[in-house]
Amino acid sequence: MSSNEVTLSKDEILRYSRHLIMPEVGMEGQLKLKKASVLLVGTGGLGAPLALYLTAAGIGRIGLVDFDVVDYTNLQRQVIHGTKDVGKPKIDSAIESMQDINPFVKIDRHETALSSENALEILNDYDYVVDGTDNFPTRYLVNDACVLLGKPNVYGSIFRFEGQSTIFAYPGGPCYRCLYPEPPPPGLVPSCAEGGVLGILPGIIGLVQATETVKLILGIGQPLVGRLMLYDALGMKFRELKLRRDPECPMCGDHPTITKLIDYQQFCGIPQKHEEAAPVNEISAVELKAKLDRGDKFTLIDVREPHEFQICRIPGSTLIPLGELPNRLGELDPSAAYVMHCKMGGRSAKAVDLLKQSGFKNVINMAGGITAWSDTVDPSVPKY
Amino acid sequence: MARILIPTPLRQFVEKLDTVEADGATVGEVLAALTTRFPNLKKQLYNDEGKLRSFVNVYLNDDDIRYLQKDATSVAATDTLSIVPSIAGGLI
Repeated sequence: MSSNEVTLSKDEILRYSRHLIMPEVGMEGQLKLKKASVLLVGTGGLGAPLALYLTAAGIGRIGLVDFDVVDYTNLQRQVIHGTKDVGKPKIDSAIESMQDINPFVKIDRHETALSSENALEILNDYDYVVDGTDNFPTRYLVNDACVLLGKPNVYGSIFRFEGQSTIFAYPGGPCYRCLYPEPPPPGLVPSCAEGGVLGILPGIIGLVQATETVKLILGIGQPLVGRLMLYDALGMKFRELKLRRDPECPMCGDHPTITKLIDYQQFCGIPQKHEEAAPVNEISAVELKAKLDRGDKFTLIDVREPHEFQICRIPGSTLIPLGELPNRLGELDPSAAYVMHCKMGGRSAKAVDLLKQSGFKNVINMAGGITAWSDTVDPSVPKY
Repeated sequence: MARILIPTPLRQFVEKLDTVEADGATVGEVLAALTTRFPNLKKQLYNDEGKLRSFVNVYLNDDDIRYLQKDATSVAATDTLSIVPSIAGGLI
């Protein structure tokens, strides 16, 4: 379809009337929106408000990339999905909500994990890319693919009460690697203990991304290029830091050394499945239950945080949060037997390592944490 | 004393404070004073070679110290340093 063939129907004119009566948008701007195509990577916390508002705004074609299924714990923030959608593919649930809001928008379905093999082909079909993903490998993948294809990447990320947003890969502007050349190695960043997110936060950051996307399409205002916006919900403060394109950047610099997509799992230091060493010093929740029932002599240590201990606990366990463990070793006996547990088994594995390094001989980890306990031993223990 | 803004993921290493004041004439000195007071923070900010980690950026007011004089950038008592780590977002 050539651009001069795109028009608005009578129904669309009525629908977009509050845009049409603003001179900054008007008929010309609304037609730009209708002619535009936007790819949303992820339909989770950030993707949900993005998809809802960009659909309502009348973007002509929106592509969704997601392969996840709606989970109960998503509903606290992923407002595009409802209680009835739990168990459904997120992409189906999202499309249903979007079509209800605005049947004039064409929606493309990419029910797949974005990968080095498919990213260039999927992204190439859109004018703009919006990164609403939740992990480092995919963020570097989206960045690199956007730089290679010359597509602006509207970026947002969130943690607890804080968010960041900017536009990468805009002509002449910086890319994600200019900001952060490398991802943190797994394990160094705060684990699930410090995780979590205020349910409203992705709404704020997702809508900053949606606003920037619409501004790019309309060509109005000052785009969030070369500026990193930081949002702090607790202080209710927006701050802005300068962001520069790094001439030495391996991706978008003057002499790029990365000229094609790479293995992002490896780049982010995530071990491949076959490289994982066989876990030693580990027991299952069922084995722990058997030990408790037999009256084996050992102490069960819960290394989660106090607020998690309040949600649920295994009877007889002693709380020592992982962060306090180094300073509380004096409370433990290096010759005694210990079983360590947490929510999923990750923090307690670190606790086992720490105790072993401190000379404890008889320390084992309970695999899968209290979540596995709930799944396989006592379903009355709530999962969170 | 320069003011240092601590981001949420690192507050656990600084007794849950969101702002810390520290002395020093340069960025390097201020950060050294900070990590002397909070030794557990050091591993988070620096690698084994003592270099600032590549997923942690430090800003003097609103400018990235990588584009100033890095650790040698002068700091005035009225300045604010921000530590801004990489966050992946969404679900953790």
